[in-house]
Amino acid sequence: MDVSLTWYLLVAAALFCMGLYGVLARRNAVAILMGVELMLNAVNINLVAFWRYVRPDAMAGQVFAIIVYTVAAAEAAVGLALFIAIYRSRDTVVVEDIDLMKG
Amino acid sequence: MSIEQFVFIALSAITLLGGWIVITNRNLYRAALGLVLSFFGVAGLYALLDAGFLAVVQVLIYVGAISILIIFAIMLTRRVMDRTAVQHNAQWGISALVALALFGVIGYTLLFRAADQWAVSSTGLPEKPIEMLGEALVTTYALPFEVASVLLLVALVGAIVIAREK
Amino acid sequence: MTGVEMREFFFNLTWLIPLFPLLAFALIVLWANPNRKLSTWLAWIGIGLSWLLGWTILFLSWGDIHHLTPPEGNHPVPLWTLPTGSSALKIGFQVDTLTALMLFMVPFVCLMIFIYSKGYMGYGTAQVDSRYSRFFAYISLFACGMLGLVVSDNLLTLFIFWEIMGLCSYLLIGFWYEKSYPDPKRITPKEAGLKAFLTTRVGDVIMLLGLLLIYSQVGSLSFMDVFSHETLDMLAHKTVMLPIFGSVPVATLAALLLFGGAMGKSAQFPLHVWLPDAMEGPTPVSALIHAATMVSAGVYLVARSFPLFAAVPLVHGGTQLAVVAFIGAFTALFASTIALAQNDIKRVLAFSTISQLGYMIAALGIGAYIAAVFHLITHAFFKALLFLGSGSVIHGVEHGHHEVAHGHHGHEEEAFDANDMMNMGGLLSKMPRTAWTFIIGGGALAGIVPLAGFWSKDEILAHAWHEFQHGHDFGTFWPLFVWLLLTIAAALTAFYTSRQICLTFLGRPRTEAAKHAHESPPSMTWPLMLLAFFALILGLFGTPWANQYHHLIGEAFEATPFDPFVAGLSTALAVGGMFLGWLVYGRQPLAAGEVDPLKRWLGPVHKVLENKYYVDELYQLIIIRPIIWLTQIFAKFDYDWVINRIVNFAGEATVFVSERWGEFDLVIVDGLVNLVGRAGAAIATGLDVFDLGIVDGIVNRVGDGIKAGGRFLRPLQTGRVQNYLIVAVTTLIVILGLYLVLPIT
Repeated sequence: MDVSLTWYLLVAAALFCMGLYGVLARRNAVAILMGVELMLNAVNINLVAFWRYVRPDAMAGQVFAIIVYTVAAAEAAVGLALFIAIYRSRDTVVVEDIDLMKG
Repeated sequence: MSIEQFVFIALSAITLLGGWIVITNRNLYRAALGLVLSFFGVAGLYALLDAGFLAVVQVLIYVGAISILIIFAIMLTRRVMDRTAVQHNAQWGISALVALALFGVIGYTLLFRAADQWAVSSTGLPEKPIEMLGEALVTTYALPFEVASVLLLVALVGAIVIAREK
Repeated sequence: MTGVEMREFFFNLTWLIPLFPLLAFALIVLWANPNRKLSTWLAWIGIGLSWLLGWTILFLSWGDIHHLTPPEGNHPVPLWTLPTGSSALKIGFQVDTLTALMLFMVPFVCLMIFIYSKGYMGYGTAQVDSRYSRFFAYISLFACGMLGLVVSDNLLTLFIFWEIMGLCSYLLIGFWYEKSYPDPKRITPKEAGLKAFLTTRVGDVIMLLGLLLIYSQVGSLSFMDVFSHETLDMLAHKTVMLPIFGSVPVATLAALLLFGGAMGKSAQFPLHVWLPDAMEGPTPVSALIHAATMVSAGVYLVARSFPLFAAVPLVHGGTQLAVVAFIGAFTALFASTIALAQNDIKRVLAFSTISQLGYMIAALGIGAYIAAVFHLITHAFFKALLFLGSGSVIHGVEHGHHEVAHGHHGHEEEAFDANDMMNMGGLLSKMPRTAWTFIIGGGALAGIVPLAGFWSKDEILAHAWHEFQHGHDFGTFWPLFVWLLLTIAAALTAFYTSRQICLTFLGRPRTEAAKHAHESPPSMTWPLMLLAFFALILGLFGTPWANQYHHLIGEAFEATPFDPFVAGLSTALAVGGMFLGWLVYGRQPLAAGEVDPLKRWLGPVHKVLENKYYVDELYQLIIIRPIIWLTQIFAKFDYDWVINRIVNFAGEATVFVSERWGEFDLVIVDGLVNLVGRAGAAIATGLDVFDLGIVDGIVNRVGDGIKAGGRFLRPLQTGRVQNYLIVAVTTLIVILGLYLVLPIT
């Protein structure tokens, strides 16, 4: 194979950091969720790359990736449900305004 | 440069471009579409990695379901979204620095410290990977599989309960 | 699937047969009780499935008779092995031809009765029984017991199911436990249930002794082991020393002990007393338990254990068979004489049942194995038919009574006995279906050719006569004895059956209630008609010229040849008996208030018969009164004389001792405590000063310091997750960096 494992891992790392920025720096709740999705994708790329390069005969890599899909889907569903509930009760989508835990 | 490398670079570019759009665009719709673009890129990377099943699943689930979900959420809250308002918060500078720092650390580790850590496997791809995957899911990994289904069920119920009209 | 495979498959499902009604019982009791419709259907489905499976097994076993004839052949369905010390008890089920034949009769008759019960217990009407669902639960449990009994392959599970049936009999006889009668001499359902249980208990204990004896001698209770040639040989030659009887072969003793159980369950003299009083239960119960199934369990037990009974032949001193034959024949005649003088429609049938069971037992006593089982099967059908028919009659008359009492006059609310045949009459036109099926059943009972009862009864009589003439293993005395008594009983049977039919259905109604009686609902009349159909045709399977029963279960025995003398005599007696009954009761049917002609002719003898030879009173005198007297003595012993005195004395002593302690405590211990208390108070005052001044000051200073620290750190909690995340990620990066920088591997 012409592309070495490290390249994939770097791309994944870049994607992960982009997602991280999205989570930390955006104001809209949905935008933050999208950042989280980017991070999960990066993780999946990592998993599949490792599977392909290090142990392609063991299915654990792909299985793990599938489980991560499942978790991502569940989390997206619940997260958006929460988002809609908050929107209904507080009429805002900006996370900065949700600071009930302020000390 | 071989074809594979070219394709890899193209796909990575698509993925990262999509990610960039997600994190910087003020218009949330455009951000969501950027997310979709990124997902397609990742699907392509999976295909390049000989994980065809995962590529299809990626398109089905992420593009087909999760993206739609996100777009729904955006549309349901259109009213309060001010398109011209600033889309990043006060700590964006520090966040950018932190992200870059993380990337730097990981990159340094990958390039200089762990370059030969992972022995590339000599055994090739199994003959029928999808069959093996299916078998693995219901035999060796049956428990995580079932737990995942329970998780989905719980999430489903929870989402419905949370987002219900009172 | 080939025949063999099908047979294998279905035979291995035998364990399901008792399970289906058991599940129905569990579901009704735990869940469906409030819902009458569901309970009915659950019970019906439970027994229905057992019926289907049972008939499948019967038909399949027809093709493999040679391998399935007991005692050598059977198809075992082993289930568990119970470890018992150094050996193990094998528990399981089996299918052989005897079982298959029983599986033909039992689930079908049960199903008919279950269907009948829906109408009888008043489903859908205003008079529906308040414990309707419970009834169905109980009869389902009972069906499980009987079905489990016939498919058992060892004496232990047989005994367990035997006891289950005993329990259900008690529960079902006493089903209307709140019922009481103004006449104190009349037994209430509650008492009747107890009587049944205790009387059969006597038999059961004897049977248990038999089981223990067998187990101790053979080491196993499974049929295959106990009834094998070697085991029987061993048991026949081994002897036991008994006090009065001397040396007795183990086989004889074991057989007699087992027969004790059969005597109890099948209501043979002297343990017959519970069966007539068991008529206090609802009529479906009488039909199910006391006609078709439970009472025939005793006969089944003897038939199943027949190899054991025949191990020591009669002519070589095998008293067990003599005992069996005697008890059976005696009971047959004894009970049929009592039946002549009964007015309660169900009690006539009860004594008739006892008598017919006597036939079967007597038949087994003289070796007519096939005839006995044949008669068991036919009797189940026509006796169930007769009981259900009588229930239909009672139902109709009761409804007529209600109409009269509530509709017209309203003065007949005094105790009206709907069972009393003297209150009936003229029901042929009012309840035609019930009447005609009852007549068919009655004819079968009396032994009118070509109905079922004739063939089976005739075979018993023919076998007896044949044995008498040719005298093989059973000598000549007992067969003659049996034949004589059974023939007389047959004549009496025909007479009292005809009496019953005439009094109930012919003539004109003797009471208002009978005048207003009407036919029962289809759920009650359909089972009657189906059972009547079988009563008509079943016998034809057992004719001497093509005896299917012999083919099925008795290949090892020689067939009883047809004897025209016996057949002719018994037909003459049957027809003659019925004709005589018609002459007395049917030609000039009794009008209301007229006295039974039999009473006039027999005078004081009739009184004796009516009171069942005073056997119940005898038992009351020599058994029950002494026991109650003994218990009262023990009670007095406990309360007045000894035990109470001891207990009271112990109590008084304890009180005395505790009072002395109390005084000690007050004087001495209290003084000490007060002293210590006063010292403590003094010390406390001194410490108080110290505490307020010094300790408090320190505490307050520390508190202020913490407050200041809190105020300083509070701004960190912005309430915004993103801020927290920044800190977290930064920390993570620092740690990662440390990993890289520091020489950590």
